[in-house]
Parts: sequence; C-alpha cells; structure tokens
Amino acid sequence: MLAPASVAHAASPPLRVVASFSVLADMVREVGGASVEVTSLVGPNADAHLFSPTPADARRVAGADLVVINGLHFEGWIERLIRASGYAGPVVVASQGITPRLAGLALDPHAWQSLAHAKRYVENIRAALGAAAPLQRQVFDARAADYLQRIAALELDTIARIGQLPAQRRRVITAHDAFGYFAAAYGLEFVAPRAGSTDNEPSAEALARLIREARAKRAGALLLENTGDPRLIERIAREAGIGVGGALYSDALSPPGTVADTYLRMFAHNVRTLVEALSTLQPSSKEAQ
Amino acid sequence: MTLYALLVQPFVEFGFMRRALVATLALGLSCGPMGTLLVLRRMSLAGDAIAHALLPGAALAFVAFGFSLWAMSLGGFLAAMLVAGLAGLVARLTPQREDASFAAFYMIALAAGVMIVSLRGSSVDLMHVLFGSILAVDDASLLLVAGIASVSLLVLAAIYRPLVVECFDPGFLRSVGRTGPWMHGIFLVLLVLNLVGGFQALGTLMAVGLLMLPAAAARFWASEVWSLAAVASLFALLSGACGLLLSYHANLPSGPAIVLWAGGMYTASLLVGRRDSLLARWLAHRWHGSV
Repeated sequence: MLAPASVAHAASPPLRVVASFSVLADMVREVGGASVEVTSLVGPNADAHLFSPTPADARRVAGADLVVINGLHFEGWIERLIRASGYAGPVVVASQGITPRLAGLALDPHAWQSLAHAKRYVENIRAALGAAAPLQRQVFDARAADYLQRIAALELDTIARIGQLPAQRRRVITAHDAFGYFAAAYGLEFVAPRAGSTDNEPSAEALARLIREARAKRAGALLLENTGDPRLIERIAREAGIGVGGALYSDALSPPGTVADTYLRMFAHNVRTLVEALSTLQPSSKEAQ
Repeated sequence: MTLYALLVQPFVEFGFMRRALVATLALGLSCGPMGTLLVLRRMSLAGDAIAHALLPGAALAFVAFGFSLWAMSLGGFLAAMLVAGLAGLVARLTPQREDASFAAFYMIALAAGVMIVSLRGSSVDLMHVLFGSILAVDDASLLLVAGIASVSLLVLAAIYRPLVVECFDPGFLRSVGRTGPWMHGIFLVLLVLNLVGGFQALGTLMAVGLLMLPAAAARFWASEVWSLAAVASLFALLSGACGLLLSYHANLPSGPAIVLWAGGMYTASLLVGRRDSLLARWLAHRWHGSV
C-alpha cells in the first residue's frame, strides 16, 4: 500500500500491442514508449490492401493485450483474423471520431494522411493504452501531449509550405488515390489512373485523361508511391513528356533507418517531395511520343 | 461521335494505345495457330496449367533480382518448362495420364508461387509487378512479345507438317521415325514462350484467354488446320483492338475488356457459326426432319 506506483510498473511486463500496419505501430510506440511492446502485422513498404495473414500473425494477435486497427475498411482481413485467433481483448479503432470522406461509393480509409486526423488517432490510442494499463496513464498522457505538440508543429509547417504554391500548381498525379484527406486538408488536388484500392486494374480512358491533363500542364507533378507498380506512372511520364518527381509514402512507412521510417518523418518527406515537385518546372526534355 | 473519333483517334493521340494494340496484335498472330494446335491436341486445359506454373519462377526471379523483365521472364520460362517436362515425363514413365500429372505439378507450382510471394512479406504490389498491365507496356515488353511471336511463327512453319500429323495420328509418326516426342517437346517450348510473352503484357489469366477463346471460336467457322489458325488469329486481333477501344470509350479495365470481347466472339460463334453451331445444328435437324 505504501509502495510507490513506479515500483509497481517497473515490475509489470510491457503491454503487448499489435497494430495492423506500420503507421499505427509507430504512433503506439510514440505514445507508449518503453512500457509497451508494439508489433505491426503489415510491415514497412508492404501493402495492407493485399495483405494475407499467416498463423504467426494469428498467434501474435492471440497473445496481445491490445489490438489497434485503422478501421474504415482499410484492413478487410482483420475481423476474420481476430476471430480466428480467439483474441477477446479490446480492439481500438484509431480513426474513431473522424468525419470520413468517400472515395467513390466506399469510405476512404487513408485518414492518417491528414495531420488533424492523426491527432484524433493519437487521442484514441492514448485513451486505449490508459484503459489497458491504468497505472501508467500519466506516462501515456505526458508522452501523447508531447507527440501532439510535434504533430501540431508539423501541421503549421505543412500549411505554410503548401500555402506558398500558386493556385495553378496544385495538381498531382499518383498511382492510386490514397491522398484524399491530404488533398482536402491542405488544398491540393490528386488524380490517379486507378481509384482507391491498389487491386483495381486501370482503364484506358482514365490513363488517357491523365496524359491529356499532364500534356496541357494542368497537372504540376507526377509522383510514385512506395507500394505500387512504377510502370504505369513511367508510361504517363514518357507520353506527356514530363519527369517523375519522386516517391510519396502512402500506406506504409519505409524500413527503419530510411527517409520515412516514422509517421512524422513520412509526412514531412511527402510534403517536401510534393512542394519540390510542384514548385520546380517539370523538365520536358523527352518529347511526347 | 464520328467514326474517326470512335476507331482511329485514340490510337493516333496516345502512344500507350498504339503500344497496347501492337502488343495484342503480336500476341494474336502467334496465339491463333498455337491455340488451334492446343485444341487439336486436346491440351486446352494444359495451357491454363502451364500459365500458372510460370508464377513461382517469376516470383523467385523477382525476389532474387528485383524488378527485371528479363530475369522474371526467364524465371517464369524455366519454371513452366520444368512443370511441363516433369508432367510429360511422368506420363511417359508411368501409367498416369498427362492431364492428371499436369494438374498435380501445376498445383505444386502454384502453391510454391504463393509461398514465395508471401515469404517476400507481401511487400509491394507483387501481383501487379508480376502481371503487367497492357496499358503500361514498355519498350522491353514490346520487344519481348514481338520477338516471341516471330520465333513462334517461324518454328511453327518449319515443323507444321509433322506437328499436324502427330495431332491426328501419333502412331503414324512413331512408325515412320522418332520425331514424335521431339515435335511435342518443341511445341511445349513454344507454348511456354507464348505464355511468357502474354503474361508480361496481359497477366496469366488474360494470356490464356487470348490463346484459347479465339481458337475455340474458330472451330465453328473453319475446318482445315490452316484456316482454323487464320480465323483464330483474326478473332484474337479483333478482340485486342475492340477490347482496347471499349476500355478507352467506356472507362473499363483493359485486360478483362479484351478477354470478354474474345468471350463474346466465342459465344456468338457457338450460337450462329457456319459449322456445327447451335443454329447450324437446328437448321440441319429441321431439314432432315422435314424430309
């Protein structure tokens, strides 16, 4: 009874948290610090749309104290995995409480591409960690407050940097439509040959439309993503006679030690890449063929 | 919309449409005779099995060498040849029939392919990397497809006679010489080559579609081997061009659009074709009935 609280948690084992993909795992790590042990089901540079779980994944879920998912139908496989693993603990939906946008007829799950929504994610994770390990609530609260401050700082920086771009240079072509929230939050426009999920095959009409726009210089930049097939974007680049401006990270972080290995570094990298590609004139050295 | 805007303008305006058209034309030219011979040799389903056997080889090459067209094509070719060779060997050395051994080895190859893909950690969009899109055909894929079509047609022309004889009477060739197994082997190599070309441009499923559907449809129009092959090639070319235009004007995915056109031609041939179609049979039946 007289033992200080800190002794109690020093002795308690770390909270085992399973996150569905790398962005969430990073957020949990930021909020939880040393008192949580996080694993991500879908690893860096991997595509959560196309993930297929293994028995080892089911075992990890079964042994978890807390499962964190994005929701908005991003991880179509997660419900079956949780049911199959026999896990009965809490499941946190990190996107709970945001106003989802629609991509076509379906919900757009890529809400972490807006820093305002990321704050909501962090709040949800903080509350869930606190509920799972009440003794360490103060630690989580302090870490979350610090993290939220850093997110807010990046948000201000992002708004300022993108705000400098002229109104006619705000259109970007990417491989799949994962930046809807980003576009809405910071006033850019993204167009893609295949809509939403990566497993749709593009149509000739959509590709033709993008090439026309790129030729007319209405699209300012052409960017790759870390989880997609580069050939389609390269085709558009050659045909419209513009260069490819670099790679964005949409649905996954990059491996540890590289440019986009945390959520904040990923976001800052994307903003940097976008602003750079949109503010320099595209080289039109290659003739349209 | 003018006829020019409907049929010509997409190809004039966009290089990717021209490339896709040339790729399907090259594929169609060699798929006609190849598909016809497959049907004659009762190997329609073996084509599908071999197409799936490409997967582990291409996946292994991707894991080892990254995204390289040549490595992946060679890997796919070797894996499919291994499956075809083993299946043929089992059929020759044991009483098991070739279709059963094909099915067995094809399932093994498919499972190995899925395993290798997942060992890579379901990273990137491997299915899209492995199975190209007809809209993103680059110079290397185009050269590969055109080269394979040329080689196939030349080799087929050289071995046409023994190959056709073997389709109808394997015993005859065996009695006059020892070329029978060789013909079968060369034919299998060509088949695998065509599937490698098709899978680079269209994806495995679509490659088999362009191989089998036009050949199956041609059967309702022609009767000699050469005319069957010509009609099949014509149908393949038409499906390629019409499928691309449909994908362009109606905003539909191009691979399925091309194969569905081929499927539509098959269904139409089945219903109203000149020879043995349902309509022809019904007319013949009524004719005989009334006499």
